[in-house]
Amino acid sequence: MINYLELSGVGIEFDTNGSKFRALQNVNLKLDKGEFVSLIGHSGCGKSTVLNIVAGLYRATEGGVILEGKEVLDPGPDRAVVFQNHSLMPWLSVYDNVALAVDQVFRRSKSRAERRDWIEHNLALVNMDHAMDKLPSEISGGMKQRVGIARCLAMQPKVLLMDEPFGALDALTRAQLQDSLMQIQAELGNTVIMITHDVDEAVLLSDRIVMMSNGPAATIGDILPVGLARPRDRLALAEDPEFVHLRQQVLEFLYAKHGHPAGTQAGNQAEAAAVSPAGTRLAAVAKSDAAVDSPEPGAPGTAAA
Amino acid sequence: MSDTLSNAAAAIPDHRLERILAGFNPGKLASALILPTLGILVFLLAWHLSASRIETSLGQFPGPVQVWEQVQNLAAEHRRERDKEAAFNERQQQRNARKLAANPEAEVKWRSYTGKPTFFDQIVTSLLTVGAGFLIANLIAIPLGVLCGLSASMYKAVNPVIQVFKPVSPLAWLPLVTMVVSATYSVEDPMFDKAFLNSAITVALCCLWPTLINTTVGVTGIDRDLVNVSRVMALSPLTHIHKIVLPAATPMIFTGLRLSLATGWMVLIAAEMLAQNPGLGKFVWDEFQNGSSNSLGRIMVAVLAIGLIGFMLDKLMLALQKRVSWDKQAVLR
Repeated sequence: MINYLELSGVGIEFDTNGSKFRALQNVNLKLDKGEFVSLIGHSGCGKSTVLNIVAGLYRATEGGVILEGKEVLDPGPDRAVVFQNHSLMPWLSVYDNVALAVDQVFRRSKSRAERRDWIEHNLALVNMDHAMDKLPSEISGGMKQRVGIARCLAMQPKVLLMDEPFGALDALTRAQLQDSLMQIQAELGNTVIMITHDVDEAVLLSDRIVMMSNGPAATIGDILPVGLARPRDRLALAEDPEFVHLRQQVLEFLYAKHGHPAGTQAGNQAEAAAVSPAGTRLAAVAKSDAAVDSPEPGAPGTAAA
Repeated sequence: MSDTLSNAAAAIPDHRLERILAGFNPGKLASALILPTLGILVFLLAWHLSASRIETSLGQFPGPVQVWEQVQNLAAEHRRERDKEAAFNERQQQRNARKLAANPEAEVKWRSYTGKPTFFDQIVTSLLTVGAGFLIANLIAIPLGVLCGLSASMYKAVNPVIQVFKPVSPLAWLPLVTMVVSATYSVEDPMFDKAFLNSAITVALCCLWPTLINTTVGVTGIDRDLVNVSRVMALSPLTHIHKIVLPAATPMIFTGLRLSLATGWMVLIAAEMLAQNPGLGKFVWDEFQNGSSNSLGRIMVAVLAIGLIGFMLDKLMLALQKRVSWDKQAVLR
């Protein structure tokens, strides 16, 4: 079986004022269609860089990304990105923001009326059809992010990339949006890669959680399959032993194995040493993932259904 | 007086006056109306007092009163000139009508009136010239600024040229412009007057820079995320500029446009004076050469007119900026 999306041996080096900075090294990840994967890790570990490489906004120094058998070289609407701070055009109304994307992607394939229906449909999907004529400055942060999601969904991407989409929102709004996202993903079966800082969010939404080691030269430390049955209910899960256990595992990875670098040289070196075995292990994990698809209850097809 | 006022207030049953008085904020009114009026009055007084002490070879320096007389004189001259023009046209029409009545095949000539341009005609000429120069400048400056903002290499290439020519005074350009225009613009029945082109081009050369620099800065400063959104949507370069770059840079472009227009208006007067191009500058220069006892007063009228028009042009741009600005919360002044 060919993987839907595959990152193989991805590494990237940035040139900062002449000196080279290696941000990522040997990142390997395979996604199936309809899978929801979270990237979690400490700030500066290169999560966003991974996402930007998949989006095509950055070019990997080595390795590459293959989506449906084609190498990713440039950004494109088949890999729509939801940015952390909504990134709506402040001079365009809610409707026009989505229309900008829809007119670009479906210029030829849909008539004017069809495009209008499609824009309205997508805004309705995120419950924003009541504010189509408002400017972004006239709606709340959560609403803006809903529009940002609608704009991406409207492009019908093969992969939906989300860069800490709910990071800037208050807890209540965040919970609402998480529920909306779960519902939409269950309905449409989108393939999603989401970056998050929030352990609960990762466990609640994902089929797999990709935990990243600290940079520089960050890589995937471990991948945790989340086998919780869908649809998931946040209230019921709060006391579910499996949920608690998964949550515990992520926390352990983040704080026990890869505690945030204290900044001491010794600490950094120790960490660098700790990374490589984890890195080799990850290859094994990724392989076994591909090989044993069925034993995971939360795996692709079943998850979306 | 105050009695009648309070009686009147008491007579109004719906307390309208009280409501007006309640909304009456002495501090606000003072800053909005009284203080500027006071400033102008103090200025007029100082002008009046100092003018009476300055004795020039053309007589006493004009005070506010003499200048006001000249305003009326100039208005009267304008009306007389218009009457003459109307009379001329009427005579011409009658003559041609007679000719045609005698012989329908006759060739009739229409000559336009060639009287001396009045002060108000000069204002119109100046406004047209500055408008043309401003237009030429921005047709170059905005596209070039967008390019410089989008491409760092383009900016590096253009920047030295901007830095060198930005501080150049219009008076240095003028002889060059005059020579170049007379050498290259030599067509039969020209659409534009050479003098008009000289001053318009000089104005353009000077008011190019503020728009160019501000457009570049505005385009460079677009939010990275918005640019990334555009890349993800794979917008074509033209759509990107039209839908993302220009709206995002509009506030800065307008800052540039306002600076440009102010520079252009200042430059224009100098150019007209030096190059004998028609317009307010020439009016000032002619009056200076004329040297009658009224000249200084008439020049002073021109000075005030130049100031007021400059002020109005800026207000016009501000109104336009407010109209096109998407950020309605931004405080524009």
